[in-house]
Amino acid sequence: MNDVCSINNLTQCLLDGGVSPDLANLLTILGGVVLVATVPLVTVIFLIWIERKIAARVQDRLGPNRVGPFGLLQSVADAVKMLTKEDITPMGADKFIYNLAPIIAFATVVLIWAIIPFTPLHIGADLSIGILYFVAVASIGTVKIMIAGWSSNNKYALLGAFRTIAQLLSYEVPLVLSLLIPVMIAGTLGMQDMVRAQGSMWFVFMAPVAAVMFFIANLAETGRAPFDLLEAESEIIAGYNIEYSGFKWGMFMAGEFMHAFTAALLAAVIFLGGWWGPFVEQVPALGFVYLGLKTAVVYIFGLILRSTVPRVRIDQLMALNWKWLVPISVANVLITALLLKVVDAIGLAPQSGDFFAHLPQTLVLLVGNLVLMFGVATVLRNRGRAQRLADEAAHPVEHEDAPVVVGAVGH
Amino acid sequence: MAVVNEWAFIGVFFAIAWVFPFVPIFGARLLAPHKPNAIKQSTYECGVETVGDTWVQFKVQYYIYGLIFLVFDVEIVFLFPWALAYSQLDFFGFFAGLVFVFFLFDALVYAWRKDALEWV
Repeated sequence: MNDVCSINNLTQCLLDGGVSPDLANLLTILGGVVLVATVPLVTVIFLIWIERKIAARVQDRLGPNRVGPFGLLQSVADAVKMLTKEDITPMGADKFIYNLAPIIAFATVVLIWAIIPFTPLHIGADLSIGILYFVAVASIGTVKIMIAGWSSNNKYALLGAFRTIAQLLSYEVPLVLSLLIPVMIAGTLGMQDMVRAQGSMWFVFMAPVAAVMFFIANLAETGRAPFDLLEAESEIIAGYNIEYSGFKWGMFMAGEFMHAFTAALLAAVIFLGGWWGPFVEQVPALGFVYLGLKTAVVYIFGLILRSTVPRVRIDQLMALNWKWLVPISVANVLITALLLKVVDAIGLAPQSGDFFAHLPQTLVLLVGNLVLMFGVATVLRNRGRAQRLADEAAHPVEHEDAPVVVGAVGH
Repeated sequence: MAVVNEWAFIGVFFAIAWVFPFVPIFGARLLAPHKPNAIKQSTYECGVETVGDTWVQFKVQYYIYGLIFLVFDVEIVFLFPWALAYSQLDFFGFFAGLVFVFFLFDALVYAWRKDALEWV
């Protein structure tokens, strides 16, 4: 029936060709794995270019523009350079763990791509516990920093690792709490089902607070400004990867760039409707385009933010997490849970998969989220004012006399 | 069969994902020069020779954050099944979740009041 062999019908194709069923199955899986795992490897080369170009534009520079058209081959040249750089292992380093860390750094990010639904048909593995898989794999990333910092035999690396671990552990809490909301609304942990549940309404409209929390926590998890304490050059020189050189250092960097993109991709999948868009049911390949566009919006917003804002201090970072994000996330979970039950009780829950059927529930949840945001903003404002008044009482500012305006018109 | 396939995919993916970063690192070992000497391999810390043992004691603050994280992490593990089955629960399900979250949020408030969240 199928004339052309592709990844979609590879098993059948191999069976027709007289390969035993088990082997055909294994080959199909292997083909799929290599395909899915190659995508991030290829994208990361262009991600670095995009990131440098956008940072350059924000800072009124040109960015890379010498190697290849528009400097597109700059990252390739960098990779070649890194390949030929001497790889130095410092004395006293724990060699096995020291070499393991960059591999973990890269592998953990690639592993997340296994569960990302690109189109209605294309997904690595549609696990029934996709979200849990993401949380589990993403938290392995913390290990790489600990072992890199610990095995380098360098005090800066160790101090950087301590701080980074504290940051990553802390921001995992609001990250995972914000993931509870889509799970609650969609009633599933599978990524493909999660996207399908957003067919008539994206979760970002039902749970804007959770979406913002997810974005902020991901900025911290991926070490992006204003939370880039992982690489605080001015304080700990570079942090956990200070002793790495050559391609091992390159693996940390590539993993970091890719993690930022993967986080944007997940935000697009979980909150912005993933591959949903016009005609995607008829032409599944369009899903790639829609998902790409949505990811680009989130990703480029993060990039502009990164090159705009300064870095926060470690105490500010921890205070922001434990005193703001965690309480707000917990309140958000409870408010959403309550509103979902209220919506159910008064009969506003969507009966069909239609856009208008989802509208009442969305409005109720949106209002709940807005009230929460307003409450937080009010508390912030009042505390800020109290702080300012206390500061002014402690250090009174000497006001100069009002300047005399010479030749003022009137009076 | 489909379920087995999904997990087989993850299994193969785990194997491949480790190979991918290993290849360029190994390639660099073949291509790059390798001439170690004592000065090149010495630890770099701000231009002066490093003093004392690297594996220093660390601040107790990290333990406290670790403990609070652990409390919340375990809480969230228990909240996931609750959230997953939430649409099938009745109104009592909400109160069960409320009480559960309240007891653990209590711990955060306690830590906050004891100044455990301050970076000292």
